[in-house]
Amino acid sequence: MWNYEKRLQYPINITQPNAKIAQYIMSQYGGPDGEIGASLRYLSQRFIMPNRTTSALLNDIGTEELSHLEMVSTIVHQLTRDLSMEEIEKSGFGPYYIDHTVGVWPQAAGGVPFNACEFQSKGDPITDLFEDLAAEQKARSTYDNILRVVRDIPEIADPIKFLRAREVVHFQRFGEALRSIQEELDAKNFYAFTPGFDNPCTASCNGNK
Amino acid sequence: MKTNCSQKQLLNRIDQVSFAVNDMILYLDTHPCDEKALTYCRELVQERKKLLKEYADAYGPLIIDITDQTEESIWKWMEQPFPWEKEGVCR
Repeated sequence: MWNYEKRLQYPINITQPNAKIAQYIMSQYGGPDGEIGASLRYLSQRFIMPNRTTSALLNDIGTEELSHLEMVSTIVHQLTRDLSMEEIEKSGFGPYYIDHTVGVWPQAAGGVPFNACEFQSKGDPITDLFEDLAAEQKARSTYDNILRVVRDIPEIADPIKFLRAREVVHFQRFGEALRSIQEELDAKNFYAFTPGFDNPCTASCNGNK
Repeated sequence: MKTNCSQKQLLNRIDQVSFAVNDMILYLDTHPCDEKALTYCRELVQERKKLLKEYADAYGPLIIDITDQTEESIWKWMEQPFPWEKEGVCR
């Protein structure tokens, strides 16, 4: 169950509209390594984890990603309000404008719509966690790419730097969760069976499982 | 930790009051000046706060804001069974 907090995880106050940069940054909303995919990935994967540490981590990071997609869509919204028709046409924002005006819609920077095939929920905890580690790195690279474009515009770069830093923290925590699962398996063959299917959930009530 | 009857009853009460809050939020979004609804919503929110505290003291926290209220040496937040675990108890 979720409840909403009427605030952003990190403050965003963009004063200068910029249609071109909006189109770049919207990729982190609905693009291949965007925050919608991140949130749905973790919230979908959390059910089959063999220990509660990992379920809790996926639950809590999946929840944090919801606040990140709110941040990214806030940036897109603030960059596209008060745009002139002239800027829309000359910035290359025209095709998006024709379909969505300046509404926020999940697509990649190149216009490809959001698609659940951008993430996997394989039902194998080790497989899923390796995907999660890769996903955090891919998102970090995308934020690095965005930062090269916006580095001289602090009001955009600041919240993007915050989001980038969170990718690094999530990568660290997923690595710890992966280790916790591997430590509970046969060290000679982690892949002898699928812990999410062959083994019943053994989430422990006492201690750090 | 075993799920006993009073824990289930308390959680059931939290479910009911919380759902009433959710529904009142929608109503008040479109009827922001309805005084009767405002009073009712305020009562529900107070009741919810009280019940969440009561539950946290007895069984552990359901929401993060309550976790720092209990002076425990272990991170109780993660000890709570997830709602999708069978019968809401550990196996």
